[in-house]
This record gives sequence, structure tokens and C-alpha cells, in this order.
Amino acid sequence: METFIAFWNILMKDIKNYYLKPPNISWGIIFPLSWTLMQIIRLSGDIQIVELLPGLMAMSILFGTTSMLAVTITFEKRSKSFDRLLLAPISISILVLAKILGAILFGIVNAFVPVIFAAFLVDLSGVNWSITIIGVVLIAITSALLGLLVAVSVREVFEAQTLSNFFRFPMLFLCGLFIPIDKLPAILKPISFCLPLTYGADMLNRAIIHRSSFNILLSCAVMLLFIIVFFYLCKRNIEKKWIL
Amino acid sequence: MEIVKIANLKKAYGDLQAVKGISFSIKQGEIFGLLGPNGAGKTSTINMLIGLSRPSGGSIVIDGMDAIKEIKMTQRIIGVIPDENNLYGEMSGFDNLCFCASLYGIGKKEREKRAMELLKQFGLTDAANRPFRTYSKGMKRKLTIAAGLIHDPKILFLDEPTTGIDVESTRQIRNLILSLKEQGRTILMTTHYIEEAERICDRIAFIVKGEIVRMGTVTELMESVEHEYRIKLQLDSSIIELKEELENNFPSCKIEVLEQNSCLLISEERMPLSPILQLLDGKGISVYEAKEIKPSLEDVFVKITGIHVSNLEKEKVMK
Ligand SMILES: Nc1ncnc2c1ncn2[C@@H]1O[C@H](COP(=O)(O)OP(=O)(O)O)[C@@H](O)[C@H]1O
Ligand SMILES: [Mg+2]
Repeated sequence: METFIAFWNILMKDIKNYYLKPPNISWGIIFPLSWTLMQIIRLSGDIQIVELLPGLMAMSILFGTTSMLAVTITFEKRSKSFDRLLLAPISISILVLAKILGAILFGIVNAFVPVIFAAFLVDLSGVNWSITIIGVVLIAITSALLGLLVAVSVREVFEAQTLSNFFRFPMLFLCGLFIPIDKLPAILKPISFCLPLTYGADMLNRAIIHRSSFNILLSCAVMLLFIIVFFYLCKRNIEKKWIL
Repeated sequence: MEIVKIANLKKAYGDLQAVKGISFSIKQGEIFGLLGPNGAGKTSTINMLIGLSRPSGGSIVIDGMDAIKEIKMTQRIIGVIPDENNLYGEMSGFDNLCFCASLYGIGKKEREKRAMELLKQFGLTDAANRPFRTYSKGMKRKLTIAAGLIHDPKILFLDEPTTGIDVESTRQIRNLILSLKEQGRTILMTTHYIEEAERICDRIAFIVKGEIVRMGTVTELMESVEHEYRIKLQLDSSIIELKEELENNFPSCKIEVLEQNSCLLISEERMPLSPILQLLDGKGISVYEAKEIKPSLEDVFVKITGIHVSNLEKEKVMK
């Protein structure tokens, strides 16, 4: 019960202080929105808007979670308020969970921003919502952990941004959302198979545009594996780097 | 009873030996002070005790628990006031305190009650709903101390509680530390103000370059260095002509004539005063006052550490 109180209050504080702050809300909405509009204008209706949806969703999650976590954690670390969390009688695992849960929820909400806009423009009745939701949640969790991993590895907020972009852009273009994996140059394909987003994107493609390369169970299993590994790495890095 | 026991505690940052195997114990209910210049290793020591840093060697026992292996257990009973005011700038004073309480699993009603009480005790009730970042330095310091007390800890770690704040807040904070001791709490504090350590600590350890060079009560520290006895006499006239005669009569005693009809008697050992007073009386000189001039803790600190107090002050300004 005591642990739950601490967990819950860390989560609520982050949501109130960071995720619900006006600039972040608008960032979460404006970025996917402007990207959607850009694509619609560029493709001028030839291609089905629904084809863009998986990519947009994945991008919204990836950018929302990683940047928020990396920035807020480096910020708290620099102002030393993060020490308060390390001083609390809660385990590092609970602390990691509380910290990433806010970002995960933020990512999930961001994912559905393009869906809402798409719903006005196209018929979404063919979408398999349960797979979509599972895919979104798994992408959000892996992205959040990746953001935390970035946050643990740097000291300054701008470094966090740079390092997360270093991961994010290649990941977006190698995950099969914008360029199908079989059309990637042969040397890039193995990299693509090592990215969690590849499997999450495949789930979204399957659910929304009914095109996929992997078995859904395989995708889920791989994503879970990524989650476990990332979680372990985050915990280990926090113990190693932050408890000096 | 010894509630904090550390033995041969070491901390290295790469090649730098910040703490070089220090040992000390803190008795329940006392205020123990670590006094030393900047960079002496005070914060490094505290960080190891509270679990923010891993020792390179040695042991820490807090309230019977191994504070290195079972740090999450010991963290329940310790309160920490770090050297920087690290509360959340955007949150109000009240919300900050409630949040800190929640980290210790304290329920909503109870934490709001405690937050209000502490705000009142620290004279911050009027500022309760203002964001922390709008507070003055002294107010920030007080709220940071309040946050360290919110879960009613048995043992408190205060890192430079009064560095860089105004005189009035400093006075209030020092009194507060004394009242915390009266409530039965055990306190470890660091400081580089000698007079602060002298005034409020029951025992003091001088720490320099990662080593404890001397430790004890103020009286013990004073007695631990050899010093001359100095008696200041206040007379009704100058004794400049009598200096030689006095020194000849009392060879173990040196006389220093001061302004305004006073003089200093300096001797290696304690010496009886009445023969001197009698001699002066015979010369028709009256003695109105005789008092011992004791060396200050400052003198003792300088003698033991070789560090000049002005250097302590200089480093403080730089900070
Ligand atoms: N995280 C760190 N990494 C490297 N060196 C450090 C670190 N923290 C402190 N030091 C060094 O250790 C020494 C002791 O520092 P500190 O414990 O902060 O002293 P104090 O609190 O007495 O001023 C200093 O030389 C300081 O530069
Ligand atoms: Mg310090």
C-alpha cells in the first residue's frame, strides 16, 4: 500500500507537471496533425489516407514518449529533484515503472490523435481495434523505455534531444512504415529486424491496412523481449550511473 | 546508544580519493557536526550514508541495519536536507510537502495535515500556495528542511543547512535544529562555519581532504591542543614600569601590557593569581577584573588543520 501511494503520486505529479502542461499537449497534437496535413497535401488524395495511419501513429508515440521522458528526467536530474525519488524507500523498479507509465499514457493518447482526424476523412470500419491497441501499447512501452535509456545516458537536456533523434529517425525509416522492409537495401534489412518499432509497426499495418510480414504472436513476443531487456538495462544503468 | 556507526568508509571518484577511510559513531539524540572546508568530502560522506552514493569501502550501520545492503530499509527512518534546495519549482510549497510525504507512503489526509503543520512551524503558511521557484533563498531553505521532516524521521542529515542565506533565516534555522534535537532526533550536519559548529553541535569532527583529523566535544577539542593560559587584568593605572619587576618575581609568567590600563598574564601552566595581586596591591595598584581569555574553537581549528579561517570564508564566497 505504501509503495502504491508513492508510485501513484509520482505518476500523478508527472502527469500534472509535465504531460498536461500546455506546450506539451499542443506538441502532442500539432506534430502529428501537421504531418498528416503535409502528407495529405503531398499525395493529393491519390493514395488512401488510411495507408498513412500506421506510420503517423507510430511516429506520434515515438516522438511523444521519448522526448518527454528524456527531457523531463534530465531536467529533474540536473535540478537534483530526482535525488528525492532515489532517497524514497521504494525500489528502483517501482521508480522506473512510475516514471515511464506517464510517458506511456502520453504516447497512447498521442497515437490516437491522428486516428481521430482520420476518422473524419476515411472509413475506419475495417480496422482491427484490438490489435491496434495492443500494437500501440507495446510501441509506447518500448519507446518510453528507450527514452529513459537515453535520459540515463546523458547529462544535459540538449544531449537528450540529440541522442534520441539519433535513434528515432533511423528507426522510423527502417521500421517498414514508410519504406516496406523488402524494398530496403540488403545491408539495412538486418538492422531493421533489430528494431522494436519494426514489429510494432507490422502490428499496426496488419490491424489497419491488412498487410504484414510477421506472425502476430512473433511480433508480440519480440516486443515483450525488447521490453524486458530495456527495463533491465534502465534499472541497471540507473543503479550504476545515478547512485554514484 | 550509538545509532549511526561508520567504519573505514572510503569513496573514490576515479583517481580522486574523496573520502579516505573515515570512522565515527553518532549517539542517539546528539548533534554531530562534520566541519571542514569545501571539497573536504562532507557531501560525499553524507551521500554514502543516505544511499545516493556507493562506498568504495568500509561499513555503515544505521539503527542496527546495514545501510549499504539494506538502504531501502534505512531510508524510512532518515530525513535528508541536501546542500541544494531541490524541490519542484513549479509546484507550490504545500504540494511539494505533500508530494514528499507521499514518497514515504503517507496517506492523503495525514500528509495534508503534516504539510500544514510544518508550513506553520516554519512561518511559511502565507506562501503555502505559491510556486516554490518564487520563494526567497531563506524560504526555499526552510521549505527544503520541512520536506526532510515530513515523514517524521528519527535521524536527520543536514548538508550545510545555513550556507548562503540571510542572517535572520540562519538564526531561525539554527534554533530549529536545536529544537529538533530536543524532540529526540539524532542529527548529522555538515558546515564550514566554525561558530555554527561550536554553537549547536554536541560533537564535532574536523574533516580535511577526506580525513577526520580530530573529533570530540568542543571542550575536548579545546583541550586537545597545547595552549598557554592567558589572564587579562583590568587595573586602575598602567603598569608599564612594573613589567620587569613582575616578570622577575614570577619567571613562569610573561606580561603583555595592553591599552587602557590592562595587561595580559601569559603562562605555560595554570598559576595562582593572589601573589601577583598582592604585589600589585603593595604598589598601590588596584585590580578590578581578572578573566581568562580562552582560545576559540577557531584557534584550535587553525592549529590542528593548518587551514586559515579566512580560507574557509573565501571558499564560501566562491560557492
Ligand atoms: N560526482 C563526483 N565526481 C567526481 N568528483 C567528485 C564528485 N563529487 C565530489 N567530487 C570531488 O570529491 C571531493 C569532495 O567533494 P565533496 O564531498 O562535495 O566535499 P564537501 O561537501 O566537503 O565540499 C572534491 O574534490 C570534489 O571535487
Ligand atoms: Mg558539500
